[in-house]
Amino acid sequence: MNQHPGIFGKKLGATQIFKADGNVAACTVIDVSELIVVGHRTTEKDGYSALVLGYGKRKASRTTKPLAGHFKKQGVEPVQHVKEFRLAAEEVAKYAIGSKLDLNAIFTVGQFVDAQGFTRGRGFTGVMRRWSFAGGVGSHGTHEYFRHGGSIGTNMTPGRTLPNVKMAGHYGDEKLTVLNLKVARIENEKGLLLIEGGIPGARNAMVTVRGAVKKKNAGKKA
Amino acid sequence: MNTAPKINALEAEFIRKDLPEFRSGDTVKVHYRIVEGDKERVQVFQGLVIKQRRAGSRSTFTVRKVSFTVGVERIFPLYSPRIEKIEIVGRGIVRRARLFYLRELEGKAARLKDQKDA
Repeated sequence: MNQHPGIFGKKLGATQIFKADGNVAACTVIDVSELIVVGHRTTEKDGYSALVLGYGKRKASRTTKPLAGHFKKQGVEPVQHVKEFRLAAEEVAKYAIGSKLDLNAIFTVGQFVDAQGFTRGRGFTGVMRRWSFAGGVGSHGTHEYFRHGGSIGTNMTPGRTLPNVKMAGHYGDEKLTVLNLKVARIENEKGLLLIEGGIPGARNAMVTVRGAVKKKNAGKKA
Repeated sequence: MNTAPKINALEAEFIRKDLPEFRSGDTVKVHYRIVEGDKERVQVFQGLVIKQRRAGSRSTFTVRKVSFTVGVERIFPLYSPRIEKIEIVGRGIVRRARLFYLRELEGKAARLKDQKDA
């Protein structure tokens, strides 16, 4: 499990920046201006330690009374999105409830990070788009069989279609993590984080960015 | 231009005001800083602007020249910090923004009328 500090925020879209050497870097822009700490999880009380982050304001009229009570107990305004980040207890203690996050304290430019989001939903999709099947031939007498997947199994043995055979169905809107992207730029005052490369998700969708699990020292340069 | 105002603000800082305005059909000299090994030097690429992509800080332009009978096209990011300067050599008269038809033409047919001659 990724136990490195991270943030979650709104994916604004993509742009490009010119790096110091003049090269262009294609970047995804993440807005974390509305991100606050809304709670702590402690080993004594919850059995594990984690930092609870909240994003965006939730209207009072859209907040149920139980939910409002939950936020009132922590002394914070109700938020739209809540996410827990598993962290070591001493790391959690660094963040006061209700405070904003300092991007410069969490990330450094050039650091490797993992980004997670939900891919854009594509609805019910045929096998050609969903699994890159070749489809049928366009001629040689074929009719009404152009975008089909072909056979889904054998007749007598085993006499049934095996599980997990690739078929048409719902495609997209699934959690996807992209490993080892680079932090291109940190705009702490504006609350923006620029990550080199693409991050799954539609514009205005929530995405998570944490230190890279498969690099030493959370992807930071020593 | 991007649809997100915050991205537009981010892109605005890359836009350079020191470059001259030019358009398709103009002949330009692009002074471009290139790195050779560990040395840096300025290379001049002179040719005809056949395409401009106007997209805020992400704008590019394509310059075409014929070098030793071989057509060479180069796409420059307009606001690249590697562009030292852009000189305008001539302003041609053209009736369209994308001059791809010049690729098919050679020699005398590939010339454009200049604005100062007309």
